[in-house]
Amino acid sequence: MKIHLDEELKELHKDILKMGVMVQEEIYKSVDSLRERDRQKAEEVVNADKRIDELELVIDEKCIDLIARYQPMAGDLRFITTGMKINAELERIADIAVDISQRVLELVDKPLLKPLVDIPKLSAIAQKMVGDAIEAFVSKDVELAKKVVLSDSQADKLRNFVQDELLNDYIAKDAKTADRAVPLLLISRYLERICDHATNIAEDVVYMVEAKVVRHHPEQLK
Amino acid sequence: MDSKVKIKAEGVNFFYARSQALKDINLDIYENQVTAIIGPSGCGKSTFIRLLNRMNELLPHTNITGRISLDGRDIFEDSVDAVQIRKRVGMVFQKPNPFPKSIFENISYGIKVNGIKDKTFIEEKVEASLKKAALWQEVRDRLSDSALKLSGGQQQRLCIARCLAVESEVILFDEPCASLDPISTAKIEELITELKKDYTIVIVTHNMQQAARVSDYTAFFLMGELIEFGRTQDIFTAPKDKRTEDYITGRFG
Amino acid sequence: MKKNLIQDSGFFILFLCMLTTLIFLGLIIYFISVRGLKVISWEFLTQGPRMGMTQGGIAPAILGTVYLTLGAVLFALPLGLACAIYLCEYSPKGFTVNLIKMGINNLAGVPSVVFGLFGLAVFVKFFGFGVSILSGSLTLGIVILPLIISASQEALLAVPQSIREASLSLGATKWATIKNIVLPTALPGILTGIILSIGRAAGETAPILFTAAAFYTRGYPRSIFSEVMALPYHIYALMTEGTHPDQQTAIAYGSSLILLFLVLLISAAAIFIRQRQKNIHG
Repeated sequence: MKIHLDEELKELHKDILKMGVMVQEEIYKSVDSLRERDRQKAEEVVNADKRIDELELVIDEKCIDLIARYQPMAGDLRFITTGMKINAELERIADIAVDISQRVLELVDKPLLKPLVDIPKLSAIAQKMVGDAIEAFVSKDVELAKKVVLSDSQADKLRNFVQDELLNDYIAKDAKTADRAVPLLLISRYLERICDHATNIAEDVVYMVEAKVVRHHPEQLK
Repeated sequence: MDSKVKIKAEGVNFFYARSQALKDINLDIYENQVTAIIGPSGCGKSTFIRLLNRMNELLPHTNITGRISLDGRDIFEDSVDAVQIRKRVGMVFQKPNPFPKSIFENISYGIKVNGIKDKTFIEEKVEASLKKAALWQEVRDRLSDSALKLSGGQQQRLCIARCLAVESEVILFDEPCASLDPISTAKIEELITELKKDYTIVIVTHNMQQAARVSDYTAFFLMGELIEFGRTQDIFTAPKDKRTEDYITGRFG
Repeated sequence: MKKNLIQDSGFFILFLCMLTTLIFLGLIIYFISVRGLKVISWEFLTQGPRMGMTQGGIAPAILGTVYLTLGAVLFALPLGLACAIYLCEYSPKGFTVNLIKMGINNLAGVPSVVFGLFGLAVFVKFFGFGVSILSGSLTLGIVILPLIISASQEALLAVPQSIREASLSLGATKWATIKNIVLPTALPGILTGIILSIGRAAGETAPILFTAAAFYTRGYPRSIFSEVMALPYHIYALMTEGTHPDQQTAIAYGSSLILLFLVLLISAAAIFIRQRQKNIHG
């Protein structure tokens, strides 16, 4: 039997997907702006945030409205509540993209401290994790979602590596490098945070599809 | 939270004439818990709870196989009197059905037919039952008025008080709020939650939200079969069976 | 507009029919009263007839009718009610019960003179009760039995199943349920049946013709085995026998008025009781 709620859920699904695409684009742009030292791109990311914030509010409102009007149960309930959470996670990711861009704006006028090697690696992981998390949501792919969750430790390792290098090889040796090293340090932290949010999204997807809570229960992933 | 099993249905089949209304029902009803039975019309949920107090045997041409036990004892055993079972397993019906008598007589009736004549005892019991059913404040000054003058919601609480007066251990609710407005419904639901401290409750309802709100366990019936039984929270957030999911999300059929 | 016209004229025709009925009822009361009131007096109500039915009163006939009617109800009510309770509450539903119900309904359609002959054969002769209050009451009882059964049945069927179930679900036995819940609830309906049957019993002539009624008795009946005078038969006798048609006709109208009044009185009393029951129970 087809019901009206199905139409509205489809709309919600579309909106969340749109949000995902927009956020992904902002991550790409912010990472690009760092690699290409492109002030304009970085500014674009900062300016785009308003649109994403607005979309977040729209989606949030839709979810609350659906709950109020339909009192959804079971799969519908899990989809809508998960949608709300993913929506919030995506908005946080977009905010982090803005943070990255702001650090980039601090760096563009200064000479590069060192050639970037690990940060691009980290950003590639972050982009892939976000992309996969959204893909897992769209296609209700639990296996893909679990893969995202498991790849988070990789990001942690890489971030620690970058952090150690910047602290020990630069800041500790020459305090004057700090104004160029600290933004990079922060960017590595930001990228790792993006991975954390992608992990949260993936965990929500597992709950949505299988009604299993894997958040804080990594043993459930098996 | 593991409670004691109060009523146990094992392999219960039930037939009206030649058609089978219930197929191999196995279900545990836990003591001091609210068990909701949901399912589309004609799925056998009312039929099932009417077996629990042996009301179905009043109908002609019925036949039951399998076993239903109350505190471990088969209620269909030859030596068990249906009247005794009905005293222990009370029932509140879909439409409030007070007797065309006074409020007081409605409550005292069950006590009296069970052979108690002590006037003060009866009076105390009536008051206690009405208090438990959260109706005392509203009717204390007009106990001799006809029960039919009460509002629908009050009548239904009167019917609940009537069960409480005979000291039922289990109370079966057969869609108790089907004819009530939301405020009366909320009062009944609150009462059910209150009553489960002392009673075992089974409620048949068409209202999914109601089942979700008041019950601890939920059973989903479909075409005479028990499709799924589990903790209410699990049934309503993560049902295991596709048919349960379709029903509770409104995609049934 | 046209629709309204049709509707209005429809209602008007219905109203006319109702009015016609009322007019007949009014006419009956009017003529009986006008012709009957002339002879009504204290003496008429309290004395026996004298001088070959041309003088005196009709007291023995009034009393006789009251006895016969009471006797009939006393006999038919428990029997009919029990029968109705059995048919409604206990008997398995099916072909046999339907057959019995059909039989009862047919019994109601049997001409009353046939009952009279039956009463003569069975009560008067076979049981040897003779022409007496007992034979007459029993015969009248059989006449009103179907009325009481079907009225009681309807009243019992009108008791909602839900309150029967409520009683049973409280651990009441079936009999306790019938006694405490079903019968009190059905009482107004049963009373209606009794009212109707009282009217019927009081007015019937044929069933008592051969079983109870006497044209003239000296004084009042002494036991249930006495013959009695009864109003309907008295009226019939006054109009068909005797030697002073003019005086007898006047007395006949007077008797009719009393009979009418008696039936209305009993009905009113029953309606009053029913209404009180309704107020308590409903």
